[in-house]
Amino acid sequence: MNAIVKVENVGMTFDTKKGRFVALQNVNLQIRQGEVVSLIGHSGCGKSTLLNLIAGLTLPTSGAMICNGREIAGPGPERAVVFQNHSLLPWLTCFENVHLAVERVFGAKEGKDKLKARTNAALEMVHMSHAAQKMPHEISGGMKQRIGIARAFAMEPKILLMDEPFGALDALTRASLQDELIGVMEKTGATVVMVTHDVDEAVLLSDRVVMMTNGPAATIGEILEVKLAKPRDRLQLAHDPHFAECRAAILEFLYQKQMKKAA
Amino acid sequence: MSTATLTSGLVTVGPDTEAAPETRDGVTVAKQEAPMAAATVSRAAAAEAAEPSASFGERCSAFLRVVLPPLLGFAFIIGLWAMVAMKSTDFPGPAKTLDAAITLFSDPFYQNGPNDQGIGWNILSSLKRVAVGFGVAALVGIPMGFIIGRFAFMNSMLEPIISILRPVSPLAWLPIGLMVFKAADPASTWTIFICSIWPMILNTAQGVQRVPQDYLNVARVLNLSEFKIITKILFPSVLPYMLTGIRLSIGTAWLVIVAAEMLTGGVGIGFWVWDEWNNLKVEHIIIAIFVIGIVGLVLEQFLLLIARRFSYGNN
Repeated sequence: MNAIVKVENVGMTFDTKKGRFVALQNVNLQIRQGEVVSLIGHSGCGKSTLLNLIAGLTLPTSGAMICNGREIAGPGPERAVVFQNHSLLPWLTCFENVHLAVERVFGAKEGKDKLKARTNAALEMVHMSHAAQKMPHEISGGMKQRIGIARAFAMEPKILLMDEPFGALDALTRASLQDELIGVMEKTGATVVMVTHDVDEAVLLSDRVVMMTNGPAATIGEILEVKLAKPRDRLQLAHDPHFAECRAAILEFLYQKQMKKAA
Repeated sequence: MSTATLTSGLVTVGPDTEAAPETRDGVTVAKQEAPMAAATVSRAAAAEAAEPSASFGERCSAFLRVVLPPLLGFAFIIGLWAMVAMKSTDFPGPAKTLDAAITLFSDPFYQNGPNDQGIGWNILSSLKRVAVGFGVAALVGIPMGFIIGRFAFMNSMLEPIISILRPVSPLAWLPIGLMVFKAADPASTWTIFICSIWPMILNTAQGVQRVPQDYLNVARVLNLSEFKIITKILFPSVLPYMLTGIRLSIGTAWLVIVAAEMLTGGVGIGFWVWDEWNNLKVEHIIIAIFVIGIVGLVLEQFLLLIARRFSYGNN
């Protein structure tokens, strides 16, 4: 098996004022080249923590994280992150935001024209060429997230990490961005790990859905294989029995096996 | 949590909480809120006026709503002043003061020796002292703020010193300045330097500490060089805080220069006030009060204008 990311017996403990908090325990996961994996679970189950560990933004307190045969010791451009709140720099135009990433990754090897072309291509891919010279505060939330996705894809990462990428968007915008993402993933064959709390989104986009148990000391509960042909179409899937099965399996996990105690 | 204690109980305020510094200091409140409110109202009024459907009457009433309250305020204070002046023998009334002001401003740049110069020279030399003291304070204070904000160790090291020195009236430093520089002029500039540096250090430090984690995460994921982190992320996100610090410093500097010049003499608006008191020209003192107020207001508004330019519309 051709695993690009290996998570082996990983545990994560935070030191808080109230003492030690075990967020993750015994997490084992392998992510294959070209695969789209969703992490789903109730809030506070450590799915974002796991994503941050893969990103290298935090380091695990136990276990090993390996990306491309090397231990993950910190963040790097081969593991691009799309943040939930887009995290565009407000003092740069959309073009400059993407260009900053492109320049960092390809600046050493390629000329200025090539870098510009790459930036424009990335904006074109998410259909945002028209907003290249706009400032982030001049465009809508959905558009900002498109730019965030363009920035991540422009880096041609080995693996793309998305932390609830559409969580802050309304349902209609979210659907159109999901379709956009399906198109982009189809074109690039990207390996993606995505945190979500949306069951439909998980099934629609992923090859595998990783369901996490409730924290503290959360771990992986079940892994569901979504055997639906790609590219997927949300309208057709609405009547697909396997789609319904997958959905039901996740819902059952979330609301029966891992019923969240009344908060 | 040493950083929090350093930056909490003081004048520092981020760009997103623009209203907060005014609550701190009763003197600056009145000075700056009134014109700001007036500016917003007048913009609204202008928008209303541009509407073609607005009738003449509506436009008139909108105009009156903007202009009337401040005019009434001024009329009230001038009336009060006139009444007080009538009762008193040595307090000049508005008419006498206006008369003196016209004479004074008809020749603001005369020079009759070092102790008798036009009001223009006095204002300019005060502004020059403020500019120099303030400029040096910016050169020292802003980098220091970056260092304190970036390194917790430096913060813990310098916090107690700053906490002790900050509440000291800058005038207490004047004798030290006189001793070190052996001259009055650099001593008052030195006082300005001392009073300007604290808000600049503390606001910059706070800005650095408050750079959103998201932006730093972006920097980490992109693995940006230290140079790019400073130019593309730290500096732009600290800039609004820095400008707040600059604005507070220049306000204090303008307050302090008057007092410092009263003590040191020479040329300058503060010295001029004291000199006119010795000449018993009270109307000139009243003029000086207005002039100091207006110059302070202009400085403040100018810096607000710059600050608005760099707010990136993300409020």
